[in-house]
Amino acid sequence: MKLAHHLDDATIIAYAAGTLGEAHGFAVATHLAYCDQCRSAVRQAENLGGSLLMQQEENAVSNTCRSATLASLEARPPASPLKFRPSANAASAIPAVLCNLIGNQKLDELKWKTKGPGLASFEIPLSSNNNTHLQLLRIGPGRKMPEHGHGGEELTVVLRGSYSDHTGRYGVGDVADLDEDIEHQPVVDSDVACICLIATEAPTRFKSFWARLLQPIIGI
Amino acid sequence: MYASVPYMNKDIGPTTPSMDVVLLQQVAVNRDREAFAALFDMFAPRVKSFMMRKGATAEIAEDLVQETMITVWSKAALFVPERGGVSTWIFTIARNLRIDRLRREKTSLYTDIDDYDAESNDPAQDEAMSRLQEDGFVARALAQIPEEQRSLLLLSYVEDLPQSEIAIRLQIPLGTVKSRMRLAYRRMRKLLETLS
Repeated sequence: MKLAHHLDDATIIAYAAGTLGEAHGFAVATHLAYCDQCRSAVRQAENLGGSLLMQQEENAVSNTCRSATLASLEARPPASPLKFRPSANAASAIPAVLCNLIGNQKLDELKWKTKGPGLASFEIPLSSNNNTHLQLLRIGPGRKMPEHGHGGEELTVVLRGSYSDHTGRYGVGDVADLDEDIEHQPVVDSDVACICLIATEAPTRFKSFWARLLQPIIGI
Repeated sequence: MYASVPYMNKDIGPTTPSMDVVLLQQVAVNRDREAFAALFDMFAPRVKSFMMRKGATAEIAEDLVQETMITVWSKAALFVPERGGVSTWIFTIARNLRIDRLRREKTSLYTDIDDYDAESNDPAQDEAMSRLQEDGFVARALAQIPEEQRSLLLLSYVEDLPQSEIAIRLQIPLGTVKSRMRLAYRRMRKLLETLS
């Protein structure tokens, strides 16, 4: 799929290195499912990891570990080949990585919480010890957002519909990976409600675009 | 017989490019234990270092080494050379294990994406990638970027520090960390283009 808005190189590195928080990692993975270009960039960044691994000093591994590993091979049959999951995608029209995360439910069948006129949200549960926040937002057609600035690390991926602001138009698969200080005023410009996946940092640390906008309403 | 093969030259990376690929294929096709033992001796000591950098004790690091290498054994046939070198593949296995065991977070954000890779639309680019890694170009390019940028990559890939924590540790703004990361990454890509 040819997309208009891609990941920042710094985000590509963070994902490849494994240092993104869980919510942001899932937002990146969701975009990657749509985007060959960014997936290829991630592979390149992972090759940096391979080289850096080989440049580590060698830390001698005990004979116990070596022989235990070799002894356990018999019990390990070859893993079965990768399973493609087009059915999961087709059923819900969202990437498998996200589909699996929300229990293979369809977007329309989720238990959306209405937060106001034309506005609903769905919280996606993550690991208990992680301090990032992942949710789906559904925003009605034509709804304008107030002027605002970002704060904290935030990623938005469009799953349905589209919105526009002065940085451009964001359609299905596009990711908004913007600098914290960019001011923007998104407006949903699709005929259908726009559904976005939004990763934010723990609410205590900052007030983000969506959070600042919605905090009075939904308390994220 | 495998141990005598020189694998790494510190400056330019693998000098016998496809040795690890050959060994891995022997594991995949013949379930060759001797080839596996050779891979173990190549990679395990480095994976152990990698795990300890994240703060694992030697004992836990060795448990994770064992798990990493057993995954190499059981998934050998799933290795896709077009996607990168063996060291890259093992890096991703170790990275995912570290996230799962040491951070206790989900790794499906990596594993559920592998599905898409197997059906990549850009085989030419992928092939170029694997050739670069095999010929040690990545390691060579890495040696050529400024120390200031290389040390950020180490903090990120090896120490597992989020960019916000790197900013705190180095007492520089997060924006500076990010712009150095971008510079390092773009420089790498450029160097790789010229080297190849």
